[in-house]
Amino acid sequence: MQTAGGVSACLPIHSDLDLVWVRQHVRQAAAQLGFGLVAQTKLVTAASELARNTLVHGGGGQMECAPVSRGGGQGLRLSFSDEGPGIPDLDQALRDGYTSGEGLGMGLGGARRLVHEFHVDSRQGRGTTVTVTSWVSGPPRPREEQ
Amino acid sequence: MPEQVAAGHQETPAQEVGDFLRRRREQIAQRWADAALFRTVFTVSREEAVEAGRAVVEALAAVAAAERVEEQEADGFSVVREQLARMAASRSRAGSTNSQISVEVDALRMPVVDLLIAELEGRPAEDVRDCTTALTVLMGTLRLVVLETLLSAGQELINRQHLQLLEVATPVIKLWEGIVAVPLIGTLDSARSQVVMETLLDSIVEQHARFAILDITGVPTVDSLVAQHLMKTVAAARLMGAECIVSGIRPAIAQTIVHLGIDLGTVKTQASLADALGYALRKQGAHIVPQDPHHAGSR
Repeated sequence: MQTAGGVSACLPIHSDLDLVWVRQHVRQAAAQLGFGLVAQTKLVTAASELARNTLVHGGGGQMECAPVSRGGGQGLRLSFSDEGPGIPDLDQALRDGYTSGEGLGMGLGGARRLVHEFHVDSRQGRGTTVTVTSWVSGPPRPREEQ
Repeated sequence: MPEQVAAGHQETPAQEVGDFLRRRREQIAQRWADAALFRTVFTVSREEAVEAGRAVVEALAAVAAAERVEEQEADGFSVVREQLARMAASRSRAGSTNSQISVEVDALRMPVVDLLIAELEGRPAEDVRDCTTALTVLMGTLRLVVLETLLSAGQELINRQHLQLLEVATPVIKLWEGIVAVPLIGTLDSARSQVVMETLLDSIVEQHARFAILDITGVPTVDSLVAQHLMKTVAAARLMGAECIVSGIRPAIAQTIVHLGIDLGTVKTQASLADALGYALRKQGAHIVPQDPHHAGSR
């Protein structure tokens, strides 16, 4: 059994294999905090998208994972940071179908729809940090409160 | 300047151990040849074991003489690292665990320490203690060097298995005349989905398949990249004249795909592999009729 310390972690994102670790860690952490299956899958998928952005567009970075609580509710906060070129036009990047590479262009916008709170901090040439939070808040339908 | 207690030839304990090892090389190698580690690895002849032992003693002497008894990266070890790796790998193949091998390496320590203590008889207790400590540390470092080779061998194995997994995990199964299926399991990264696509397209040609089923029951996460790979595979199969059906989309994944905003409208999907097979059979004009016990012989 893992303790609460098992939820907090800082994982490197430098290869495809690291993405597997990120997904597994987020899944375990979410399950441990009591997320339902659908909420877990959403959060893991969002983490997968964001971690891949960190890898592909940011040139690698890290994910910090920490449990959070607010008003009696428990949640999981994931923070993906890189020191890449940054996002020049955030509105454009969040638009569905917009892609700077060869992907579907659903990554950033899709990830935003999969979590409760979504925050991007990007400075040109200084890197990007995307922080997302999801709340357990009476599983299995955490999205209802939004 | 550190104060020199005696005149002239005063050596550090490590250097003294180095001299001792060089002087007693033959004797130590003979004793080690009977130790489990050497005896079990070099089964052909005892001389072979003694020869290997000499090389290790020589390396330890060089490390001690350079006063680097605590350093795994000391130059002396590089000469025997490959030999140690082969010995450790041989033990490992024979079924020993890393800790058992570590214990076997540790068993080499006592014969040498005994020799050293015998040789230092009559010397001040302090000298004896310093020298045996230096020797013990040196043998501990040897143990670490051996363990390190074992661990790096393990890493190589993992890398090799990762490559093997690419091939193993994508069997194409012929379900019926003209119907093939690929049960996808685990992570669909770019490398694996490339393999999947290739083997599927090959088997469509080989089996003259008109229907190809991609079952993703065993895929834990479907993000936009995985969805893109699926769509590409479906499109490629269509170009080959086969209809592709994606099955095994679990409820949680279905909801996630919707929120993610991916449009799988162009892809024919079915809830389960059985549904997909039923669909393909119907499209082929095959009718599945439950067997009637009274007319069993008429068909």
